[in-house]
Amino acid sequence: MTATTTVMKSDTSNSYDVVAIRADFPALNLEINGYPHAFLDSGASAQKPNQVLEQMDQAYRFEYANVHRGAYTLSQLATDNYENARTAVAKFMNAKTPDEIIFTRNVTAAINLVAHSYGREFLKAGDEIIISHMEHHANIVPWQLLRDAIGIELKVVPVDDAGNFLMAEFEQLLSSKTKLVAVTHVSNVLGTIVPIKDVVLLAHIHGAQVLIDGAQGIVHEGIDVQDLDADFYAFTGHKLYGPTGIGVLWGKLDLLNKMPPYQGGGDMIENVTFEKTTYREAPARFEAGTPPIVEAVGLAAAIDYVSDIGLTNIAAHEQSLLAYATPALSAIDGLTIIGQADNKAGIISFTLSDIHSHDIGTIIDARGVAVRAGHHCAQPLMDRYGVAATARASFGLYSNTQDIDQLVDALNYVKEIFS
Amino acid sequence: MEDDIRELYQEVILDHGKNPRNFRHPEDATYEADGNNPLCGDRLTVFVKVGGDESIEDAAFEGRGCAISVASASMMTDIVRGKKIIQVDALFDTFHKMCMGEEIGETPEEFKDDLDKLMVLSGVKQFPMRVKCATLAWHTMNAAVHGKEAASTE
Repeated sequence: MTATTTVMKSDTSNSYDVVAIRADFPALNLEINGYPHAFLDSGASAQKPNQVLEQMDQAYRFEYANVHRGAYTLSQLATDNYENARTAVAKFMNAKTPDEIIFTRNVTAAINLVAHSYGREFLKAGDEIIISHMEHHANIVPWQLLRDAIGIELKVVPVDDAGNFLMAEFEQLLSSKTKLVAVTHVSNVLGTIVPIKDVVLLAHIHGAQVLIDGAQGIVHEGIDVQDLDADFYAFTGHKLYGPTGIGVLWGKLDLLNKMPPYQGGGDMIENVTFEKTTYREAPARFEAGTPPIVEAVGLAAAIDYVSDIGLTNIAAHEQSLLAYATPALSAIDGLTIIGQADNKAGIISFTLSDIHSHDIGTIIDARGVAVRAGHHCAQPLMDRYGVAATARASFGLYSNTQDIDQLVDALNYVKEIFS
Repeated sequence: MEDDIRELYQEVILDHGKNPRNFRHPEDATYEADGNNPLCGDRLTVFVKVGGDESIEDAAFEGRGCAISVASASMMTDIVRGKKIIQVDALFDTFHKMCMGEEIGETPEEFKDDLDKLMVLSGVKQFPMRVKCATLAWHTMNAAVHGKEAASTE
């Protein structure tokens, strides 16, 4: 896990060893319905490498106890592992201090934390939050709940037909009423990479704070939160080849320490009496109750894993797959790619003639191919493009050109059935 | 697996999916209900005109969905016409069991032809995720004739 050898480049060159990488993922070596497993749904949740599974197994078998409580050996070991994971995350994101890393259940929980705690403390009726048209429901609904509770306004940045975030329109929406801008780093449907650095710059000029939904973004190009200078950045472990049940909310420390607790319970308190309770500072303030201890260990192992390969190399590999898949899919008669932004991550949404994506999903599964079908928790975006649903292929660090060839063959099989 | 796919996507289903029957909004409908499959976003509205003797004089639908759900709605609206509500309830019950791969028991003679037609949709039993596609229209019909405004498969 601590190996420093870095595997290089894309699988079109011989130095990015996708074969060796695939050998680390037991699920990729399954046979599905008599075909090799072409797993193209990493955008929904990624498969896990042995390195993550083994670390978690070790943590459960030999290093397990509750954290921050017992004065005994295993409890100390588990606490060290948990806090070391926080340090690993901080380093991965280039946070100033591990205290800026709050472990949550996932991105949804992280955004809800901000909506409840920050939202109710700092926002009031008439204030505005700006989101974009390509947000996942997790970055829409918490703000609607806040709107209904305290009377803020929601403004939506449009996207163009290709799926580009419209910066000029965003700038027009900004005003002294804007208190928060909450946008995605990478669209889970269109693959659009949003120029979040420009978003942060413009928002800050207008005195607004910024939350970035990094569920897809951190996976495809990593993040340096100091360079970005946003106020919050959220991501989830399970899309980063780590376990489910753990996500991260990064926030600027002074801001976090001005925010009231979101959930009350053990571990987040300083002192409790029936008359008055005082709270610890971040991150403990926001981690009530027993945390996802072994999941944190798994996340740290996943971070080690991707760091060993190198985020730049992974991004280059995924770009090469995107460059291979885009023309290959476009060549299928009747196939339309939804989302052709100038700057895209390894995500391709498409429709095939008038065949519903669920029919596509079921039929290509018979050929061993796994894609996501449906509205991708982004119904407003589906409406924007006038489609009820799309099929979506998304690439991971282990994806290869054979997966894409298998997808193309399977889509031709769908057409054969519907002909 | 590919045999199961061929069984699910039979010619008759593809035909109903592409050219749905009774795809319209009858102005004189006495009942209507919306059906929603929130996980996949499929939506349809079922319209029913019920006569004085509790029998269905007309049934139609509008909406969007996969080949299975549209074909099911198309076939259903054909089949229920002329039947009493109580018969439609019984037919739904049997059809639901068929889709779940459950034992349907003795088939009453009056439903034999209808169930023979509906049998083409029973291929969904091999695909648990798709059962809700085949039954959405029926859930919605059930909601409509029993005075509920909406049905959901979740």
